Amino acid sequence: MSDDVLRIRTPIGIKYQYSAGPRVSSHLHGLMDGRFVGKRCPTCHLVYMPPRNGTCAKCGCLLGEDVEVGQRGTITTFCIVNVPFLGQTIKIPYVAATILLDGADMGMSHLIQEVEAADVRMGMRVEPVWRPRDEWQPSMENVLYFRPTGEPDAAFESYAGQL
Amino acid sequence: MAERCAVIGVGQTHHTSCRADVSIAGLVREAVDRALVSAHMTMADIDAIVIGKAPDMLEGVMMPELWLVDALAAAGKPVFRVHTAGSVGGSTAIVAAQHVMSGVHKRVLTVGFEKQSDGNAMWALSVPMPFGMPVHAGAGGYFSPIIRSYIKRSGAPAHIGCMVAVKDRTNACKNPYAHLHEPDWTLEKAMASPMLWDPVRMVETCPSSDGAMALVLASEDVADAHTGPKAWVHATAMRSEPTAFAGRNQVSPKASEDCAADLWRKAGITSPIDEIDAVEMYVPFAWFEPMWLESLGFAPKDQGWRYVEDGVTEMTGRLPVNCSGGVLSSNPIGASGMLRFGEAAMQVMGIAGEHQVDSVRKAFGHAYGGGSQFFAMWVVGANKP
Repeated sequence: MSDDVLRIRTPIGIKYQYSAGPRVSSHLHGLMDGRFVGKRCPTCHLVYMPPRNGTCAKCGCLLGEDVEVGQRGTITTFCIVNVPFLGQTIKIPYVAATILLDGADMGMSHLIQEVEAADVRMGMRVEPVWRPRDEWQPSMENVLYFRPTGEPDAAFESYAGQL
Repeated sequence: MAERCAVIGVGQTHHTSCRADVSIAGLVREAVDRALVSAHMTMADIDAIVIGKAPDMLEGVMMPELWLVDALAAAGKPVFRVHTAGSVGGSTAIVAAQHVMSGVHKRVLTVGFEKQSDGNAMWALSVPMPFGMPVHAGAGGYFSPIIRSYIKRSGAPAHIGCMVAVKDRTNACKNPYAHLHEPDWTLEKAMASPMLWDPVRMVETCPSSDGAMALVLASEDVADAHTGPKAWVHATAMRSEPTAFAGRNQVSPKASEDCAADLWRKAGITSPIDEIDAVEMYVPFAWFEPMWLESLGFAPKDQGWRYVEDGVTEMTGRLPVNCSGGVLSSNPIGASGMLRFGEAAMQVMGIAGEHQVDSVRKAFGHAYGGGSQFFAMWVVGANKP
């Protein structure tokens, strides 16, 4: 028996619809308007940004009022990706960072550019670079990447509780 | 815990990058047949079967339990499939143990497996999230920022991850079933290993493996009648938490700390480092060894890396960790948790061969999965609980 009948290559694929749910719509409308809109938990008062699923996973309750958070934020931690993989859309090496937007109580993942990967630091202050408005979709991809603002780094104590 | 339960059979495959010679069913059957021999049983003796594997997307084979029913001669018997991402091997063993502890079944077969060569795990773990930015790069891309947080918070020196990697790769050379047999690693050579997901070096990551692990769990009367070695289940614990929430401690998740505290309480253990003789801990990236030492209560906060540096976790140390070579030397994902549970049992049973630690009375098996959000742990011992 030859190896070509022992193993065959059979690719699979699927396209699917994703229902965001009504509690996430103000966040998605915000992105269509160039704003970061999170939601506050009525129990622990922390601000979810993005408000994934519209619930506070800790308190187990529905999130309450919309809260617009700052455009600027702090890199809490990051990874320099040097490994190529199937489906990759960004040229390596690149910095995938967790960014704590001003006024939010949880980080979100995004790309860091306009700075050498080796110069990226925990605590670095960053701001978004938005795509041209006519390309906007209800997605965090409306932000091409974040770049350093040049402000002094945030003190470790200010984001240590987010790690 | 109502009824007592013991591991009386252990069987695993030789883990390797590609088992092109067998199907998933053939791979699973290989581990099962070895576990049955070890338990002095045949399939006819088994009352129920509990199967575990990681996400189906890893191999692209949906619901493999459907065709495993006949491969495992399970027709006419209850079959359950468990899924808790990378921790699944551990939680599957716990579900199987609970089948016995509940008094419902006396002889339960459990098996965890993964055939990574049939699919593409890196692709499967990097699928873009709707409405989000597609920056994720597999498990390494997810865990690397958390490791960076640990290094910053604890003040650990840069070489700790490499020390763990060299230890586990060296231990693996004593385990004939381990995927990687690389005896030539030194700390200097490891520190020159390329950064894949900075701060994670290539040597600090696990391989992609094909492999399976099976256990036979028995009730007290069956285990008492069994003439071969056995390991009594002293305690089990599982906990979960969401992937992301405001104020989450990602370095030492609350679910991990709570799970360990519950386990030690149930097992009557007050000082884990003094009372546990061998540890099989889920360490897919080397830095997770000091992180889990702290989270599980073996070491004080921010001091886990000192235990690594002082050789505490070496095979000859005070707390031998991953004498089998661990996940860093073999990672058939759906089996990896059960390998930890099974290798812990093997240490108690005295059947670990060259990587056997002397006179193990109690051993600890551990698995975690998802975004550090599913935890499964057990303590097994030479004496009845």
